Amino acid sequence: MSTRNPTDWKSEAMRKRIAGRYAAERRFKFAGLFAVVLSASFLAFLLVTMMGNGLRGFTRTEIALKVDFPASPLLLDPKAITDEALANANLPMVTGTVAKTALGDKADALLSPTAWINIRDAIKADPTILSRTATISVPASTGLDLAAKSKGSPEMEAEVARLKQQGVLSTGFNFGFLTASDGTDPTQVGIWGAFKGSLLTMLVTLILSFPVGVATALYLEEYARKNWWTDIIEVSINNLAAVPSIIFGLLGLSIFLNLAHLPRSAALVGGMTLALMTMPVIVIAGRNAIKSVPPSIRDAALGIGASPVQVVFQHVLPLALPGILTGTIIGMARALGETAPLLMIGMRAFIATPPGGITDPATVLPVQIFLWSDEVSKGFVEKTSAAIIVLLAFLLAMNGLAIYLRNKFETRW
Amino acid sequence: MTQEQTNLTIDNPKMSARDVKVFYGEKQAIKGVSIDVGMDHVTAFIGPSGCGKSTFLRTLNRMNDTVASARVEGEITLDGENIYAPSMDVVQLRARVGMVFQKPNPFPKSIYENIAYGPRIHGLAAGKADMDVIVEKSLRRAGLWDEVKDRLHDSGTALSGGQQQRLCIGRAIAVEPEVILMDEPCSALDPIATAKIEELIHELRGRYAIVIVTHNMQQAARVSQRTAFFHLGDLVEYGVTSDIFTNPRQERTKDYITGRYG
Repeated sequence: MSTRNPTDWKSEAMRKRIAGRYAAERRFKFAGLFAVVLSASFLAFLLVTMMGNGLRGFTRTEIALKVDFPASPLLLDPKAITDEALANANLPMVTGTVAKTALGDKADALLSPTAWINIRDAIKADPTILSRTATISVPASTGLDLAAKSKGSPEMEAEVARLKQQGVLSTGFNFGFLTASDGTDPTQVGIWGAFKGSLLTMLVTLILSFPVGVATALYLEEYARKNWWTDIIEVSINNLAAVPSIIFGLLGLSIFLNLAHLPRSAALVGGMTLALMTMPVIVIAGRNAIKSVPPSIRDAALGIGASPVQVVFQHVLPLALPGILTGTIIGMARALGETAPLLMIGMRAFIATPPGGITDPATVLPVQIFLWSDEVSKGFVEKTSAAIIVLLAFLLAMNGLAIYLRNKFETRW
Repeated sequence: MTQEQTNLTIDNPKMSARDVKVFYGEKQAIKGVSIDVGMDHVTAFIGPSGCGKSTFLRTLNRMNDTVASARVEGEITLDGENIYAPSMDVVQLRARVGMVFQKPNPFPKSIYENIAYGPRIHGLAAGKADMDVIVEKSLRRAGLWDEVKDRLHDSGTALSGGQQQRLCIGRAIAVEPEVILMDEPCSALDPIATAKIEELIHELRGRYAIVIVTHNMQQAARVSQRTAFFHLGDLVEYGVTSDIFTNPRQERTKDYITGRYG
């Protein structure tokens, strides 16, 4: 055996090696910081542009329209205000005439085409106004709305200045956006229909995928024997989690609609389709969470004579629950943002009334965003951004709930 | 075989094993062990690592059932009843033959719940007041009552290692077992905590048949009245503890206790 010189810890080569090590560390730190800053700035850009466009979508410009009912060509008996009488009164024409009197010849371009609805509702609420002059707030047209809030055409800008001088123009929070449903006039549309549709769809998805997913994970981890049969099931589940979502849409179309004849465009079918997509995610997350429960806890419970079912439901499941919930929320968040499979089962239809139940025709938030982004009318641009804000708020609320539940069930060791 | 020379039968055994063989897949871990465990003494299993003493211990309450590849041959009886017979309910068996593990493993629940869990699932308590009595009695027997009586609803995992292990012993006692198996109960504990557990074993003797697996020969000498020496899956020698340590009959036993291997 040859004798080796003792290591010289002060040599030049050693010094260089140390310097190189520190340099590598600095490079790695810098790369990480760069990645974080880059993604944070993308996020900030997204939030700023969306808020800039979207917050305007929550407001609406209104014109205080003075209506001299006795002088108007409206033929209505104040004592017999029925829906039928109102429908026959030709309110759109009357509104046009009244607006011309109050706002001048260009009134048609200033008022929303659906402004007569506000007048109808005002009469319905209080028929006595028919005998006097009343001031009723009606939505402005899209052009005027845009000019009042940001930038519009030169003519509209001039109109805004004129109406402002008259003191009849006001821009305020549009509660209608949160309570109404889809429509053709961007000043009158709302998000409630799509929101409720999303809510119902998510509910169906959760009710179907959570129990089945957790039960599958428990069975595979705790009961199933390890053989080629369970190996195939495991590989299939992992593959299912990676299948493009539109394929699940086709599956839903052929099974739930064409084979089972369930109602088209309904939250029930949407939820079932999304449940197919979410289940593998829950199974995988659930199995990992169950695997990470220390075997010593199982031993402890078995050792004092707990039955396998008691071990699973009283010890393993409670300890695995935080992990299972995290996986469920990831799956649900993905399902909430999903558009493609829902298009396949007809949830892209124009639906102007909020769904009353899970079998009524419905649409969901991402599909609503997709539909509005396709509209030609300029007023839909800010509505699209506003809908995105609502979707993100929905997502944040869901994640917040998940974090709360996880912390609640988390066991401190 | 050398076993004939060892005194493996005792009068009125609580548990007895006859020609027990354990396989893990193809590998044979226990090669035909016959032994009797008595009610009124502590039995210690000693031997080098991997000799099969823990494996054999786990056959006594069928904990090896949870290992998919494990297979047990031979006969083990509790009060003359074969515990591997189809008519034997494994859940009830494990209540009658309690176990304390190497690493303290309290449930991540309160001290009270740790003790109450066993009696609750076996329906031993008739109401809350009765359960309180069981919890106090079990904690007293485990020598833990005075230390925890003011914080019964604190988490069991917040206790020190030695206290956790006594909590686990209390948890095993709470279901009124007939036999308590201890798998190296002190190997994760410091000497003071170990001394307390050994003291506790002395106090529990007579009330329960106790079988303890230990690496520590001094511990076996201190706590047990009977000692079995395992080596490579064989039961080499079994007898009165003082005989084994002062006058071993087998060469292998002598080599082990004099520290020549292990």
